[in-house]
Amino acid sequence: MDAQTSFLNQLFDSGLLIDSGVPGLYGRGAGYEEIISGFDGLISRTVVDDGAEKISFPPGMSRTSFERSGYLKSFPQMAGTVHSFCGTDHDHTDLLRQLSEGEDWTAGQVATDVVLTPATCYPIYPVLAARGPMPQGGAIFDLQSYCFRHEPSPDPARMQLFRIREFVRAGTAEEVVAFREGWLKRGPMMIESIGLPLHIDLANDPFFGRGGRLMKVGQREQQLKFELLVQIANPAGPTAVMSFNYHQDHFGETWGIHTHDGGVSQTACTGFGMDRIALALLKHHGLDISLWPKSVRKTLWG
Amino acid sequence: MVKDGAKAMMDRVREIVQRHGGIAGDIARLSETSDLYEAGMTSFASVDLMLGIEEAFDVEFPDAMLTRKTFASLRAIADAVATLTPQEA
Repeated sequence: MDAQTSFLNQLFDSGLLIDSGVPGLYGRGAGYEEIISGFDGLISRTVVDDGAEKISFPPGMSRTSFERSGYLKSFPQMAGTVHSFCGTDHDHTDLLRQLSEGEDWTAGQVATDVVLTPATCYPIYPVLAARGPMPQGGAIFDLQSYCFRHEPSPDPARMQLFRIREFVRAGTAEEVVAFREGWLKRGPMMIESIGLPLHIDLANDPFFGRGGRLMKVGQREQQLKFELLVQIANPAGPTAVMSFNYHQDHFGETWGIHTHDGGVSQTACTGFGMDRIALALLKHHGLDISLWPKSVRKTLWG
Repeated sequence: MVKDGAKAMMDRVREIVQRHGGIAGDIARLSETSDLYEAGMTSFASVDLMLGIEEAFDVEFPDAMLTRKTFASLRAIADAVATLTPQEA
């Protein structure tokens, strides 16, 4: 059995995660949620003076906003759209027959106005744009939501539905670059404080196709994305538990987000992969939380 | 002849950059070596441009050429296309 499957089975056996039968789709046990809330608390204590506006989004977002966001240009392979039955009594009869006969029943499903949130920051940009030009100093948000990415995997650290807590900064180039620089210092300090060995590396997003290759190279050449990596269960190498992204004016242009003087806003974001951090803690300190190093327990739960 | 061929290629490259590069206004103002990214071409537009060039010249850029540098100027694009198309005698 490979290392990822073995770790996943240990998580199931201990009740920390609950199997659904679908790779990357798991229930969370009480002990697991205690870790998530402990780290969530550490983040909240760290950012207490940042003045960020806190918003929680559901794991679904507006399909219209999603279409405008450009996500399908870059990551069509990851997207999840919500479909529903919109037929008549006759269609319903057909649906039930198809189901009972083991036929494909999904052809009659129709796209709804909801798509699964692909990244925690995506729903905030239309909200910010609708508010009109930002005040001097721009805006900063503290967001969280479940996200969906279609990438079934036996690696427990590559879930299809997972939580991200994300900080988004909008403003001038100087403001958003300073924000990212700040997090590139603060992030490692936080992860070190919970006893996880880490390193930071230049990274790229998994852009689709041949055009995507050009995007990946461009992202790296311009140093637009960094990741904070910790070894979890992938024998091929460490897994990103945080990312630090500079979007330049991509979202500002896409959504018409403006600074106080009418310029196009730049944006940056920093995301914490909450589930990956919980899994990294379990991997490094063991499945029994009561046996974790005292300093780590104190940092998480006081 | 060679010079005419090169000019014809540059004219076509200009036309495709005008259509796909997402650069506001007439790109006649740009020299062959002007930086297209500085002129307003986004990364997303460079992907459209790449596909437009491939279609127009019936070429396929190898992975090693899929860099920002390849699409950084009209001259860079024309040079890249020239390496991918059989030279006329």
